[in-house]
Amino acid sequence: MLLATPPDTLVQARARRSLRPGRPLRLGFLYGPLLLVAAWAAGSATGLLDPRFLSAPWTVVTTTGELIANGRLQDNLASSVQRVGLGLAFGIPAGTLLALASGLSRWGEALIDGPVQIKRAVPALALMPLLILWLGIGEGMKITVIALGVVVPIYIHTHNGLRSIDGRYVELAETVELSRAAFIRKVVLPGALPGFLLGMRFAVTTAWLFLVVAELINSTSGIGYMMDLARTYGQTDVILVGIVLYGLLGLFSDAAVRLVERRALSWRRTLAG
Amino acid sequence: MATDTGRLTAAAVRIHGLTRSYGERVILDALDLEIPAGEFVALLGQSGSGKSTLLRALAGLDYDVAGTGRVEVPEQVSVVFQDARLLPWQRVLDNVILGLDGAEAKGRASLAEVGLGGRERAWPNELSGGEQQRVALARSLVREPRLLLADEPFGALDALTRLKMHALLRRLYEQHRPAVLLVTHDVDEAIALADRILVLTHGRIAAEQRLDGGRTHSEIRSELLRALGVRGETR
Ligand SMILES: Nc1ncnc2c1ncn2[C@@H]1O[C@H](COP(=O)(O)OP(=O)(O)OP(=O)(O)O)[C@@H](O)[C@H]1O
Ligand SMILES: [Mg+2]
Repeated sequence: MLLATPPDTLVQARARRSLRPGRPLRLGFLYGPLLLVAAWAAGSATGLLDPRFLSAPWTVVTTTGELIANGRLQDNLASSVQRVGLGLAFGIPAGTLLALASGLSRWGEALIDGPVQIKRAVPALALMPLLILWLGIGEGMKITVIALGVVVPIYIHTHNGLRSIDGRYVELAETVELSRAAFIRKVVLPGALPGFLLGMRFAVTTAWLFLVVAELINSTSGIGYMMDLARTYGQTDVILVGIVLYGLLGLFSDAAVRLVERRALSWRRTLAG
Repeated sequence: MATDTGRLTAAAVRIHGLTRSYGERVILDALDLEIPAGEFVALLGQSGSGKSTLLRALAGLDYDVAGTGRVEVPEQVSVVFQDARLLPWQRVLDNVILGLDGAEAKGRASLAEVGLGGRERAWPNELSGGEQQRVALARSLVREPRLLLADEPFGALDALTRLKMHALLRRLYEQHRPAVLLVTHDVDEAIALADRILVLTHGRIAAEQRLDGGRTHSEIRSELLRALGVRGETR
């Protein structure tokens, strides 16, 4: 027998290069934002950024200190957080229930899916005049705007998750004669959970987005109000405090959802690991 | 198993004049079949001959297929699919007792029977293919079926694992004694496991072999291969 390769050319087996993204970085989601802040600080320090257009990071920090000292920041933050919280509290269950009703019955889909798709196609801002006429300019209107904005992504992604549940699992449920309630509990809800959680990530982002819109209209409290007031006095530092705050709130609520996601979907072994 | 036939009174499966077609194509053509309680039957047939169609009719999974005929099956029927079909978001034990209330102890016992005691809390994704299929077996047995339907349950496993699964299935069958209808494309698997082997051709049971010790396995094997339309001696 002939050896195609002489023995002396044998090489050490190499550790195979992994195609996965690698081990998760600690607090990896902070790296990008920190880089951005570093560039901003460098720009301000070298004078490339005019403080009348963009205050330096340290000015923003001292302004934040002042706003905290006189209590304005806490008060406005509390109003904003409350609006978003209530908007989510109404929007998430509503979106989930609509998705379940529409995903589990043809009648539900026929009645619900169309209106939600239409709502999705209409820009939220276009609904504002009507909502103001109906609900006035008080808290009710603001929370409704946020809740309506939240319903859409929750509905879309939960419904999609429901509809993409593998038909083979439905077949299994039939052969083991699951009751309808058990079918929903054991197959439908866990199967739709990844979709729902994706919807949640869009929902929290959307909620902060619609908060800004709602707060810029005739508010007397909230981060948006604080920023709008700063605009009339030309205080870029206060505006920046607001922007950074919105950014941080969005970032942390997204991180919170992702944490829940990792816990709830621990059965999955995916690329994200 | 020939000595058993005398005391098998009730039939587990009675099929009369079963016809199934997809569009113009008739897949099952007035098929008759009876399986006595507790008999292990293997069903052979070429790919596309309608084995799965027949099994789905018995499992009651073909409500969307056109056809006529009478099918009688017991109250308790379990199905094992080619894929293990475990719910990935339910732990192994919860998969086994899916849809059974308060059956944890039975579920644990069933898992121990298939050699997976101690893996109750694992996720299905953490098990090997053979282990997943064993969980599926435990899931079907914990329901104490009088009829076990299996559609190429070992088709996706490697040869060695498959041999081990044969021994396991045969042992479980002898302990629990359900009637079994095992669909397979593997003649040797059928001979190793079954008491009776059927060949499905042109929508009917075209040939039947009993493994009652009358003839050698190689004789049975070549007859089955002939019935399947395989020409000449193989191996
Ligand atoms: N849903 C369907 N729609 C149309 N034709 C179908 C459908 N399901 C099966 N058939 C056809 O019916 C025939 C029998 O299919 P079946 O799945 O019963 O074959 P089988 O004997 O199980 O084959 P295999 O050994 O490959 O699994 C095939 O020709 C197939 O193309
Ligand atoms: Mg098949």
